[in-house]
Amino acid sequence: MTLQHALLGDLSLNSIPFNIPIIRDAGIFMGLIALVVIGSLFYFKKWTYLWKEWLTSIDHKKIGIMYIILAMVMLLRGFVDAVMMRSQQALSVGHSMGYLPPEHFNQIFTAHGVIMIFFMAMPLMFGLLNLAVPLQIGARDVAFPYLNSLSLWLTVVSAMLVNISLIVGKFAATGWLAYPPLSDIVYSPGVGVDYYIWALQISGIGSLLSGINFTATILKMRAPGMTMMKLPVFSWAALCAMILVVLAFPILTATLGMLFLDRFMGMHFFTNAFGGNPMLYINMIWAWGHPEVYILILPAFGVFSEVVATFCKKPLFGYTSMIWATIVITFLAFAVWLHHFFTMGSGADVNAFFGIATMIIAVPTGVKIFNWLFTMFRGKITYSMPMLWTIGFLVTFAIGGMTGVLMSVPAVDFQVHNSVFLVAHFHNVIIGGVVFGYFAGLTYWFPKTFGFKLNEKLGRASFWCWLVGFYVAFMPLYVLGLMGMTRRLDHYSLASGFHPWLMVAAAGTALVGLGVFFQILQLFVSIKNRNRVGYRDVTGDPWGGRTLEWSMPSPAPFYNFAHTPTVTTRDAFWTMKQAREANGGQVSKPAYTDIHMPKNTGVGFIIAMFAGLFGFAMTWHIEWMIAVGLIGIVVTVIARTFNRDIDYYVKADEVERIETACANLATQARDDKYPVLNTNELLHGAK
Amino acid sequence: MKKLRYLLLASVTLLISGCKVAMLDPKGVIAASEKSLLIDSTLLMLIVVIPVVLMSLYFAWRFRESNRKAKYSPGWTHSNTLELICWAVPGVIIVILAIITWVSSHTLDPYRPLDVKGKPLVIQAIALDWKWLFIYPEQQIAAVNFVQIPVNQPVRFEITADAPMNSLEIPQLAGQIYAMAGMRTKLNLMATEDGLYDGMSANFSGDGFSNMRFKVKVTSKKAFQVWVKTMQHSPNQLSIDAYKQLAKPSLAEPVNDIPVAYYSSVAKDLFTKVILMYKKPGMTNLRETLAKSANGKTKPLRELVMGDATRKAQLAHKAQKTKAANHTSA
Repeated sequence: MTLQHALLGDLSLNSIPFNIPIIRDAGIFMGLIALVVIGSLFYFKKWTYLWKEWLTSIDHKKIGIMYIILAMVMLLRGFVDAVMMRSQQALSVGHSMGYLPPEHFNQIFTAHGVIMIFFMAMPLMFGLLNLAVPLQIGARDVAFPYLNSLSLWLTVVSAMLVNISLIVGKFAATGWLAYPPLSDIVYSPGVGVDYYIWALQISGIGSLLSGINFTATILKMRAPGMTMMKLPVFSWAALCAMILVVLAFPILTATLGMLFLDRFMGMHFFTNAFGGNPMLYINMIWAWGHPEVYILILPAFGVFSEVVATFCKKPLFGYTSMIWATIVITFLAFAVWLHHFFTMGSGADVNAFFGIATMIIAVPTGVKIFNWLFTMFRGKITYSMPMLWTIGFLVTFAIGGMTGVLMSVPAVDFQVHNSVFLVAHFHNVIIGGVVFGYFAGLTYWFPKTFGFKLNEKLGRASFWCWLVGFYVAFMPLYVLGLMGMTRRLDHYSLASGFHPWLMVAAAGTALVGLGVFFQILQLFVSIKNRNRVGYRDVTGDPWGGRTLEWSMPSPAPFYNFAHTPTVTTRDAFWTMKQAREANGGQVSKPAYTDIHMPKNTGVGFIIAMFAGLFGFAMTWHIEWMIAVGLIGIVVTVIARTFNRDIDYYVKADEVERIETACANLATQARDDKYPVLNTNELLHGAK
Repeated sequence: MKKLRYLLLASVTLLISGCKVAMLDPKGVIAASEKSLLIDSTLLMLIVVIPVVLMSLYFAWRFRESNRKAKYSPGWTHSNTLELICWAVPGVIIVILAIITWVSSHTLDPYRPLDVKGKPLVIQAIALDWKWLFIYPEQQIAAVNFVQIPVNQPVRFEITADAPMNSLEIPQLAGQIYAMAGMRTKLNLMATEDGLYDGMSANFSGDGFSNMRFKVKVTSKKAFQVWVKTMQHSPNQLSIDAYKQLAKPSLAEPVNDIPVAYYSSVAKDLFTKVILMYKKPGMTNLRETLAKSANGKTKPLRELVMGDATRKAQLAHKAQKTKAANHTSA
């Protein structure tokens, strides 16, 4: 063993592809961004602020914000991958091979899938849960705030691990679920699959911990009087999704653990020799993978339920039906995994069983859609951004649901499985359902989180670009699928007739890109105008909300509720508002009391850094670094248990000062501008 | 302006003329049934989907805030009748679809022999990195990336892989079934019209996957017999050694011509041997054998646990693969 090997494992300068322009430039670009961020942190002397108020924060709202920032950055990365795939397929027809060689193209579609699911959709989902759930149920924070911070940072380091693979070494080129035998050491000898395994293992643990955290929070920390059947629908959907997380993610961890043992120690869980079988992996990964789909979509359904009720100025139609539909979907989520591989030869009985089980899910989903429609019926609909996303969702999701049921008929699936028809279907439900839903949620809860609304005009522009762009990009894929175009092709012949359709799809991607551009612009414009009338939310209830989160000032103070609310009805805040109106606007305010709060801690951040080190070392086989990572994690966890100084009290007079300042802000508009609110105090408290 | 119109017209024509929708243009009994199943299920679901889309748009427009004529009933949040309809209508449709599914899953089960007279022609397909080998065991011939079958005669494919998982699909004749090492899957089909059809691997299997395509030629029985005769005069023979050479990874180039090869004889029980390679401990495929020799089974477990042996195996493979293996990334 050479010294270099002892120090760096398999890592060497050759692992960094200086010679490939696309990667080199992307690397330089990423490096520059990092430099600018670090530079400005020094320039503005914000290191202490960053550490004290963000990295060590265990406030669910700030953790939510950080999850969302991660998701947005990863959305951009995943979108760039999408653009590269679409442009490659638009170019590489006949004698032209496009600009991406297969080994590069294969990594791009793998990275696109992994990033969009694990590091865009999941963080966005957890971000929204963090922003809204504790406020909706009238809680001070989540059940385990320090665990919450650990979950966040484990997700962040895994995302970094995936992005490091861009420059150091390579990423998996196996497809986003890394089916063996292709992902075995024999066919994928490089570090790509190892990056994949460790990024997913670490983020998987983060997700599992979050699942436990939110399940406990929703079950145990609801405000007095909030029985399960008075729980807001978003929180119900979150609870069901989190139960799925708790049950499904251990399967992922076990499966990837075995894949690792196969690769690293020459075991044979999934190889064909010595009694192993790759079909086992495919079953197990989908036993996690199918519930994962519902983990993502259920919270989106929850968002739509909140948005429809709020913007139609009507309580949700058929609340009980809605909740039962969600519960049914939760159970069925575990009974349909085989529909991802009808073509593996399971036999007619098994295929038919899973096909029918899959179709049955369409019933509760249909019920949900009808309930949203009947909520709109005889409502008074205002078209703010969240509602627009919801209408876009209803139409798009109906189509995506239909193609989904179509593919649940095994004999139809034999034809369209693995074709771009399938790609069109799941983008139809994931973009039309999950992405639209999360965007709706983001614009809906944005004022609660930051204290100002997003620009509507730019929001509309971005909505229409996304909606039209989606149809232009993915409807051709349905046709291409029926024409016999397989997914994951880096090249195809001219005679196939695919080319014109792929050109249209590429144009659609450009439109979506325009949508993304408008979203970024919207964010800039809104931040710039945040103190203007029309942007600044002085009431705490910008949309005429119905649930508890709108009963507090915006942005939500760091201690959440000055008084723990008591709940008597489903739309708790709506009832409170009506009572206030009946009372002539008078509210009796009980005296403020001291509030018990957890202290910030950097432990979650530090553990995650060691975990990241461990993951990187396992990928490159650097023994000493593996040891440092492991020992670091264990020592940090033990050290934390000796820390008894973990809580403090916010004094009653500080609470009173903050609450009064917020209440007075509404009367202080001058020249269509509000005085600058000391958001710092609101967000972080005076320390 | 005029130019633009021509351009638009030209592109639309191109779209339509260039469009061969294979799955809607079946040339075999199985594909034809699958097509009608696809269309029937779609129509059945449109019963719900069209009203949903129309209601979404109509309600959204009708009950907009600025429309003073629309009724506003903020207290209307529950209706037993409506909820019964919400559960029942999709429920009934799904029951109908479930019956269709149960029946069609059995009649169109790829393993099920077709209900037609005549002994099926057996073709053994092996997915390799990155090409298809088709063996005709009764005729003792074989072809790479090419299949010829007689029209109106049932054909039974027996499928395996000596490579990562692939999937055999000929959209105009039948849906796909996976090709997996150490296992045998089956696909029964029958062509009803002469012609040249596209076949491919539908499951991603690595760098050469995009060109893992083949042609299926459907001819009269007579022409098929003639073809078999010609094949039997082909100079190439598929011995075990020739197979080992063939099984080595190869990329199809140039891109528009998928290389084809023909063999006049095939080593005895080659298909079964390829499957058994993965069944017996210690007998694995070529590349795994290479890995094992570098792995060195005599090494103590401790070293194996430390990853030393695996790393050596890895290094051996890195050398085997292109030098740039670790250099590219997404």
